[in-house]
Amino acid sequence: MSAAPAIRLEHVGFDYGGPPVLEDVNLDVERGAFLGLVGPNGGGKSTLLKLVLGLIEPTRGRVIVLGEPPGMRRAALGYVPQFAHFQRDFPISVSDMVLQGRLGHSRGAGRYRRDDREAATRAMVQAHIADAAGRRLGTLSGGQLQRALIARALVDSPEILLLDEPTANIDLGAEEGIFDLLKTLHETLTIVVVSHDIGFISRYVTRVACLNRRLVCHDTSVVGGKIVETLYGEPMRRIDHDSRLDPRGRP
Amino acid sequence: MSEFLRALATQGFLQNAVLAGLLASLGCGVMGSYVVVKRIAFLAGGIAHAVLGGMGVAYYLGASPMAGALVAALAAALLIGTVNLRWRQHEDTLISALWAVGMAVGIVFISRTPGYNVDLMSYLFGNILMVDRTQLATMAVLDGCILVLVLMFHRQLLAVAFDEEFARLRGVNVELFTLLLLCMAALTVVLLIQVVGLILVIALLTLPAAIASQYAGSLGRMMVLASVLGAVFTFAGLAASYGPDLPAGATIILVAGGAYLLSTFLGAPLRRRWRRSP
Repeated sequence: MSAAPAIRLEHVGFDYGGPPVLEDVNLDVERGAFLGLVGPNGGGKSTLLKLVLGLIEPTRGRVIVLGEPPGMRRAALGYVPQFAHFQRDFPISVSDMVLQGRLGHSRGAGRYRRDDREAATRAMVQAHIADAAGRRLGTLSGGQLQRALIARALVDSPEILLLDEPTANIDLGAEEGIFDLLKTLHETLTIVVVSHDIGFISRYVTRVACLNRRLVCHDTSVVGGKIVETLYGEPMRRIDHDSRLDPRGRP
Repeated sequence: MSEFLRALATQGFLQNAVLAGLLASLGCGVMGSYVVVKRIAFLAGGIAHAVLGGMGVAYYLGASPMAGALVAALAAALLIGTVNLRWRQHEDTLISALWAVGMAVGIVFISRTPGYNVDLMSYLFGNILMVDRTQLATMAVLDGCILVLVLMFHRQLLAVAFDEEFARLRGVNVELFTLLLLCMAALTVVLLIQVVGLILVIALLTLPAAIASQYAGSLGRMMVLASVLGAVFTFAGLAASYGPDLPAGATIILVAGGAYLLSTFLGAPLRRRWRRSP
């Protein structure tokens, strides 16, 4: 049982009734990995996450999560959806949103229990957002909102954390903060992070998989220019993200 | 105003009307908040208008129009909920069709009913001054049902309103709670039809909650504020309509609409202060 990888995809194909979004994808994510899933927009990255979450079924092939079909192990998956997936102006506080991660744990009628609230507080401390617990979602910065979403994914103690473009709409400083947080979480969790930003995530992840309908590469090494070309179909200039902001905010 | 208050002290029908306004505002504040944050005003509008079909059939059969409204509202809620869950791509077309077909059924049945067709106007625009004791009791029961369900399932309803996909991932039965939410909205529609009629229902369902959403930090507080606003608007509208003998339902809606405009354009400094205090 312990031999089963965290996530296994066997010859997975998927389409939404039109042209294939994913074709013959084979991928093993071993336990304890920090996988960066990169690729162009529309390359099937978010679809692959939804397959792993069991929100959609593969057209061909099969998906196995922790040795079982995806729907069976949802409690073991923490999911951070893409930015602007919901309304920012929704009247809800950070702690109330984080508590929603406990819904699978405490079902039925009535209110959240004391242990739910304690778990929420722990998750908010872990994601460094506890000081904003009472604030309304709409008042948060992009980075703070992302931390709140990570806390919501952490609150039910998952084994695997799946993040869809966690740094798409936040500035460089906040982006580093998020990835430093993920690096800490990686000590106890398997992490899969979807990103379009190859250069940046290669500094943090243990492994990169490039997806453009097919799995173009799944290497542990840093993604070179040749692979970027296969992936995006044209030569691209790579920008290294090793530049850091100086105290005045200029690169 | 003083004329209205003097009349209120002596006239039973006015006391009933004020009571009806209070009972309606409770449902409108609680369910209106869900309707506004989940952005399903169009769905609620569809339910409200399809209700005329049920009222027309009940009227034709000589049954109580309110019973017909209740059955039609729940049926419309389930139908519209199914459209929302299964055929979301065609949602607007299908709900528009249900909206109009429901009204057409009602108009045909009312036209075939022998006698004087004065009731049609009161279904469409409400007649809060004609509310009797039985209707008040029914309204209280509907309020009770809504409040009990909200207290029991607030966590699930909030999760479904906020982020359906995440709720599904955490094992919430999204289909069940979406349908429950729409059925509760249907009960509220029946509640509000007594006050403003089915055409104006949607304004009373959304305006107090929309104003409340500008100030409240949580859905619970939004519900309380929206209920208070609903009560103020119905009372003020009733009072303002009494002297010049204006239609009460329409006056209530004009008061609510005016307040919404005021709050949206002049309320910004006030909002900033509210938001800063936790």
